[in-house]
Amino acid sequence: MPECKYDWPAAADRHLIGTRISRVDGPAKSSGRAKYTLDINLPGMLFGKMVTCPYAHAKVTSVDTSAAEKMPGVRAVQVIQGPGKEIQWAGDEVVQVVADTEEQAEDAVRAVKVQYEQLPFLVNEAELSKAQSADRAAKPSATTQGDPEKVFNDPDMVVSDGEYGIPVIVHCCLEPHGHVVQWTGPQNIRSYSSSQGVSVYPAQFAEALNIPASNVQTICNYIGGGFGSKFSIDRWGVSTAQLAKQTGKPVKYLLQRSHEVEVAGCRPSGFARIKVAAKKDGTLMAWESDCWGTGGPAPSRGLELPYVLRDIPNYVSRFTSVGANIGPARAWRAPNHPQQALLTMSALDDLAAKLNMDPVEFFSKNADLAPQNLGKVYREELQKAAELAEWSKYWHPRGDKTPGHIKRGLGVSIHTWGGRGHASNCQLTIEPDGSVTAELGSQDLGTGTRTVIAIVAADTLGLPVEGVTVRIGDSHYPYDGPSGGSTTVGGVSSSTRRAAVDARDQLFAAVAPAIGVTADQLVAVGGRIQAKGDSSKSLTWKQACQKLGMKKIQTHGKNPGPCPNLISSGVGGAQIADVSVDTETGMIKVNRMTAAQDCGLIIDLKTAESQVYGALIMGIGYALFEEKIMDNVTGRMLNPNMEFYKLAGIGDIGELKVHMMTGPGYDERGVVGLGEPPVISPGAAISNAVANALGVRVPSLPLSPDKVLAAIQKGGMA
Amino acid sequence: MKDKKKKVRNQEAGGVSRRDFLRGTGVVVSGAILVGEGTALASPQEASAGIRGPGEVPVTLRVNGETKRLSLEPRVTLLDALRDRLDITGSKRVCDRGTCGACTMLIDDKPVYACTVLAIEAEGHDVTTIEHFSKGGQLHPVMRAFVDHDAQQCGFCTPGFVMACIAFLKAHPNPTQDDIKKDLGGNLCRCGTYAGIREAVMQAAKTMSTGGSSNA
Amino acid sequence: MERFEYASPKSRKEAVGLLGSEWGHTEVIAGGTDLVGAMKDYAVTPKRVVSLKHISDLRGVRVRSGELHIGSMTTLRELMDDHAVKQNYPAVYEAVEEIHGEQIRNMATVGGSLLQRPRCWYYRLGYGLLAELDGKSLVSEGDNRYHAILGNSGPAKFVSPSTLAPVLIALNAEVALDGPRGVRRIALEKLYTTPTEPGQREHTLRPNEILTEVIVPHAAGVRSAMYELRQKEELDWPLSTAAVALELSGGTVRHARIVLGHVAPVPWVSPEASQALEGKTISEETADAAGQAAVRNATPLSMNGYKVQLARVAVKRAILKARGV
Repeated sequence: MPECKYDWPAAADRHLIGTRISRVDGPAKSSGRAKYTLDINLPGMLFGKMVTCPYAHAKVTSVDTSAAEKMPGVRAVQVIQGPGKEIQWAGDEVVQVVADTEEQAEDAVRAVKVQYEQLPFLVNEAELSKAQSADRAAKPSATTQGDPEKVFNDPDMVVSDGEYGIPVIVHCCLEPHGHVVQWTGPQNIRSYSSSQGVSVYPAQFAEALNIPASNVQTICNYIGGGFGSKFSIDRWGVSTAQLAKQTGKPVKYLLQRSHEVEVAGCRPSGFARIKVAAKKDGTLMAWESDCWGTGGPAPSRGLELPYVLRDIPNYVSRFTSVGANIGPARAWRAPNHPQQALLTMSALDDLAAKLNMDPVEFFSKNADLAPQNLGKVYREELQKAAELAEWSKYWHPRGDKTPGHIKRGLGVSIHTWGGRGHASNCQLTIEPDGSVTAELGSQDLGTGTRTVIAIVAADTLGLPVEGVTVRIGDSHYPYDGPSGGSTTVGGVSSSTRRAAVDARDQLFAAVAPAIGVTADQLVAVGGRIQAKGDSSKSLTWKQACQKLGMKKIQTHGKNPGPCPNLISSGVGGAQIADVSVDTETGMIKVNRMTAAQDCGLIIDLKTAESQVYGALIMGIGYALFEEKIMDNVTGRMLNPNMEFYKLAGIGDIGELKVHMMTGPGYDERGVVGLGEPPVISPGAAISNAVANALGVRVPSLPLSPDKVLAAIQKGGMA
Repeated sequence: MKDKKKKVRNQEAGGVSRRDFLRGTGVVVSGAILVGEGTALASPQEASAGIRGPGEVPVTLRVNGETKRLSLEPRVTLLDALRDRLDITGSKRVCDRGTCGACTMLIDDKPVYACTVLAIEAEGHDVTTIEHFSKGGQLHPVMRAFVDHDAQQCGFCTPGFVMACIAFLKAHPNPTQDDIKKDLGGNLCRCGTYAGIREAVMQAAKTMSTGGSSNA
Repeated sequence: MERFEYASPKSRKEAVGLLGSEWGHTEVIAGGTDLVGAMKDYAVTPKRVVSLKHISDLRGVRVRSGELHIGSMTTLRELMDDHAVKQNYPAVYEAVEEIHGEQIRNMATVGGSLLQRPRCWYYRLGYGLLAELDGKSLVSEGDNRYHAILGNSGPAKFVSPSTLAPVLIALNAEVALDGPRGVRRIALEKLYTTPTEPGQREHTLRPNEILTEVIVPHAAGVRSAMYELRQKEELDWPLSTAAVALELSGGTVRHARIVLGHVAPVPWVSPEASQALEGKTISEETADAAGQAAVRNATPLSMNGYKVQLARVAVKRAILKARGV
């Protein structure tokens, strides 16, 4: 029994929570009826297009929009960065035009004449010395503990060192960034925005446009991918609103694909030289890393190494931020963690190989170096993943010795994430006709937010999922946090639970006299309100609600709030990759990816598993294919398209096995976020699997054939 | 010219219904010239040589069984014609270069990338979009299977994938995983829903072969 | 995309009459899969686009006096579905099958596939086919991981993008070109050329000619195969392909024609590889020797040395595949 009235029901009393429920907006999406920002068409709407800078670093010297202004259909032209402005990456916005049709707007873009003074730039940072000599490297920061040098000099230690790297990649959201903005009054706007935070966009618009935030409504019923890149209205949001005002028409502006991948999301890179030492029994003793990376021209916050196994008794960890003209960094699903995992888990896997130790055993042995007492969780997950991946059958020491050019290998990695639910407010209404709505200023990124809210409310009220209508995606609903950091499901499930419990209790109070027991003797189950243990004393849901007369029930649940154990923070996760490498061609095939993942109490097992499947696939993509390719000569991104910015396809992914850790030891932790953690390990697990297959490390992602062949050649096993 | 245009537009912009929107775009947004009122078609000789444009010309499309008369420049793609002019927005514009499949439509029952087809080239053919397969609110078995197997997350690639799968299952009523690899590789997903899609295809194949309801 | 006028001639003659005598003014649209994207990228900016889709006799596959006649507007799907193709020209079938996307197969035509423009990223970004800037070769000095390893000593360093062309060249195909002065028939191999100056194209088709037909000679007794190496299983440009057509007597290769794709500005016919194989029985060793011969004169750029190895392996595997292993 729950200790506090808002706590999650005991396992036996959950009729929906933890089961497999199809996402409630699935039919709208699969039928194409779901309207995304890109699909919003308003009467009289104009189309915006952008003039962008072709240089990585330049000063605008002149802008001539006169020809563009005279072109057919053109309604307004706005200079965003005029003469004197210094531009720090190719693709940056210079002039925006709006016209009656997309084609006219595009013609006008071509007619704008901008002159630039080109300035020196740096777009590739893999070689730190080049960044240093270009004066683009900041002073290194360092954290230390103990005396690593002494450990490295201890002859009883096994020491391994290596170089590792993971490049800048991009978000490549399928729906580009952008808005449709409409002025609904002289001081009022409505924005349809592709947004990860409908509740926080109004304040951004208000500040930029100097209008009251309460006059701004942001709507995002569906978003075609965000992954951390859609928290800001961005400069184009401001200019689009201004152009809508200037023209007196709604304006639609979403980035074209090349612009999207050039500027609307880059994940910072990480490169490192790493030295690690362990006792001969595998106990990790010392770590030393010199790491660098870039997240655009501004200094980046830096990668924290070592990752997960942070309590290595002796370590020194240095980071150098490199400023590069590649576009601004944006949070990418589990910011910094995939990079930290790749660098750390590769170095540790190399050490395990040097120790002649099975890496699953090695990570299990050192798992208590992880914070938050996750050691036990890691050991359980490593064991589960190993079992599902048939580790004991397929794993072998470094280097597949079987004849032929196809080498098979297995690799493992572990990860961690926080995922505590964010601030959330749920307004729940029970109408006298029995209809139930839950309203939250949240958004569903495809993670299943709508479905989770419906499940929690329905489970609490004893209704089927269809009995609850969920309204989200509108800033006019009660405030909810932006969807970042895997905080949404924790936030909305907890606020919804509180609102639903209160609403249920009010309904109990209203119908208790009619049923003939006191309110505390009632339960809501199976679409009825009935006396505990006596189903003969009951009303159907509809009958019960009719007792409300003219008065609806409306409650407000808040997160954080009472019964804090509804949610918590801190997850683990272990993954194993099984790959085959063609040593003649350097091509890698993923045979199987296995994930064991915890996330506390699971609300919807089906959409939870989907998050992990999706993360594995996204992980395969960045492990094997993805890279923002920047040209040293022109300073431009060479693959600003989906042809050479390669995403994994349906045939590239192999078999996927997902195991969610549930039941005792997990459920009582309450709800913890899940969206991000499973995308952290695939890069490291796949890199380790390739090293296991080949007997040599391919030092950096993506594991493209050129690098695989070079590593094979270097390792002398061709 | 510009002023006159504005006047028309303002009248058109009065209402907000879908019908008004369509009227607004058909008449004005696509270029201020009423269809049939006088188009950019030049001399009769050129017309006989089949030359049209570069300005707007009448283009007649047959979309989901309905005849749609539009005024378009020849450079307008089928995808943009449907999305911008007809408010048929199920097909998505993503890569806009014939790589990702989000815009997949059927032309004479064959899947194509509508971002890379000129609308004018679709004249005389049957264009079918995702909207056709859920007419009356009923889900096509492929759509149902996508829901059941959670073969969608953000959902932006989904309509294109559903269209590709519908066509795929016509060609492969009993598909293998290898068929999926070889013929469904023309669609990309960013959220990573392929695991669900593989299962959904198999389920839909079963439902459809056992005579599951289909308005295909 | 810039505005253009659209022409839809009903006959070949009419089509030819609508084309300009210089490159740049007019473009022919077949399936559109390449042209529409190239126009969106402003890589080409025609004032007139001439469509071949209303010319009825350009479509279809026929066997005529032992030769296979493929209309240029035949889609790749139609080519793949043709019984004679699957039966007698397996390499042709394989080339299309390797394009793992049904949409492309339905749209792309045989003619368009042969005449599609290079994917070189500098070209598509607007630096021209030779990708020169301030007298520098962007390819040589920049990122050339996907560029040519053979035939790249001149300014052209892009790779020929067609996966079908090497196969058809290996099979000694010819193409029929209709122009103002009638029809000419040339070896498909001769359709390709390496441009040496800006403004030149990478094929020998004249601006006012249309490709109407591909003619593939009788291939009884010819064992053909193609092998494609690309990073992704799914829709992706190959890093290297090889097509082989072998005539065997006994176990010995009497005649071999070996053509590499995606390694040079043209489909790369390798007499060296053929010589290495002719007179030998096919084995892992002889196939590899042919692969080595094919790349012996390779001149990789700063970042594409790995493609030398890939090309060698593609040739080896295509040969072994043709043998039927």
